[in-house]
Amino acid sequence: MAVYENLYRSYDGETHSAWSRFLVIPRYALRDVFRSKLLTTIYVICFVYPLIATILVYLRHNVNAIALLHINVQELIPIDNTFFRTFLEVQGSFAFILTVLVAPPLISRDLSNNALPLYLCRPLTRSQYVLGKMAVIAILLSLVTWIPGSLIFVFQASLAGLDWLWANLWMLWTIFFGSVAWILMLSLIALAISSLVKWRVIASASILGLFFVSSAFGEIIDQLFLTRVGHLISLWATINNIWLGLFGLFERQTGAIRGRISNPIYENQFFDIKLLEPPLWASWLVVVLVCGICVWVLSRKVRAYEVIK
Amino acid sequence: MSSVIELQQLSVTFGKRPILKSLTGALNGRAVGLLGPNGAGKTTLIHTLLGFHPPSSGTAQIFGQDISRDARQVRAVVGYMPERDSFIAKTSCVHFVRLMAELSGIPPKHALERAHEALFYVGLGEARYRPVDSYSLGMKQLAKLAQAIVHGPKLIILDEPTNGLDSPTRNRMISLIRQIRDGGRARILLSSHLLRDVEECCDEILVLKDGYIAANCNLEDERKANRKFIELETRGGDRSAFVHAIGDLGCEYALVGERRVKVIMLEDVEISDLYRLALKHKVQIRRLNFKRDSLEDIFLKAMENGNTETNGGQPNGSL
Repeated sequence: MAVYENLYRSYDGETHSAWSRFLVIPRYALRDVFRSKLLTTIYVICFVYPLIATILVYLRHNVNAIALLHINVQELIPIDNTFFRTFLEVQGSFAFILTVLVAPPLISRDLSNNALPLYLCRPLTRSQYVLGKMAVIAILLSLVTWIPGSLIFVFQASLAGLDWLWANLWMLWTIFFGSVAWILMLSLIALAISSLVKWRVIASASILGLFFVSSAFGEIIDQLFLTRVGHLISLWATINNIWLGLFGLFERQTGAIRGRISNPIYENQFFDIKLLEPPLWASWLVVVLVCGICVWVLSRKVRAYEVIK
Repeated sequence: MSSVIELQQLSVTFGKRPILKSLTGALNGRAVGLLGPNGAGKTTLIHTLLGFHPPSSGTAQIFGQDISRDARQVRAVVGYMPERDSFIAKTSCVHFVRLMAELSGIPPKHALERAHEALFYVGLGEARYRPVDSYSLGMKQLAKLAQAIVHGPKLIILDEPTNGLDSPTRNRMISLIRQIRDGGRARILLSSHLLRDVEECCDEILVLKDGYIAANCNLEDERKANRKFIELETRGGDRSAFVHAIGDLGCEYALVGERRVKVIMLEDVEISDLYRLALKHKVQIRRLNFKRDSLEDIFLKAMENGNTETNGGQPNGSL
């Protein structure tokens, strides 16, 4: 098929391994992502907080710098599990924004242009296709969550010494697993919505709606029934509880309400309602359920051709 | 040597509705035409061969490899041009074709080189940096062909490749298909409802009807067969007695419309015998043409006879 010969010729050269073929998809998709100036700018902004966190770690360990800036050491934030949980919370929010911007067209564009038969007629399975699309989100989000988090942890360990490292090594895994849980849930939800909705704007609105509406609904339930069970409906609250649990900061009782009994017989008697967060296993169960539903949706929608029964 | 495509009691069911019914046969042609009316199961057969639909029973093999068990190996040697508009949006054609090449396993550098070559080959060389979305229908069809051949497959499956093309683009497409066929490096399975396309490109046909094989024949063999086809145009007289008398001579015949009769002459039957019978039944022979069986005739015959409902549900393997 050489241009000068203008003939069809078969390909007899080397081929790359079958297992890594799905990585072709994120390579092309990421190039498209960074072609957008808006997305590139937002992505750069995502690194501002890790930079601030790194400076805080540096200041904490640099006496000269503290003296120069006239900072009281006591005023500096301690580098502990709360510090890293806050880091994860901030970067998790940025990860959500990135997902809303990047994920919607990933599958919907292929569906609306009938591109799935072109992918799936090649040595690429449906799960590899989904994995490739997930890798687009996972790579982007990893670079703003657990990778900078781990680097900051390593930086802190290098300044604080081995004792601190051995005492806090568990946090490294916590940063990783906490981020992965969030990335997995976000990417699966986003891809499932992308496979259901063909319009990018509607898909973005649906992702936003799913998180904000569920949070609002959960909050209404909490307020109406004086409970915290609504947090299981809110995906934000669920992942937040998981992070708190992973960092050892989770407390079931987050408040109490004192009420006065209106019956005259029990005049001047009060009752207390403890506001208990749902147990951690319930939050994990919600994440697993949400991911399971998304996988089911993807298995139904990601097909070369839809069979109408 | 194994067949290009071998069907072994292949059945496909959607829900409770059977679409392909126990298809059996071997396709060996350089270019096989897949024919059949709408809903006959052509596209379903292609999709099943590509592994998009699992067979409900039976199986098929492509170059000796099972479509279910060795799906990955099968897809590695197959190029597919879908019927509908299919492309990756917001990307230039060369990137689209390159992506497809890389997904087939070709390393990035070679993939880019082959993408350029494939686009020049199909005639989109000058337009290869334009986004596919901005292409005309004909250009999109050619881009689909380019992505189907970019990885140099051994079998190219083309689903309605000339759909919606104007005459020059159609001619170009047909000439490309013939060129690939004559090159001998790839076999072609061409699904089309346009008999002319199939006749121009294919040397073997598989006719499907209601999910059964209505006909499977080698057009080259049919053309080479020493059969004498005659088309008569008649007027007046007892036409039905006349054609029955022709049948009594041992000749096969078919009535076409109210006036025309097609006859396959036997070696020992002369034209004068036909005139003698016409005289006997007072039928005027106004015109007599020597005519070979066209693909249209084969197709129509398959449609008339190939209804397996009347053949006890058994697939009709050949004409």
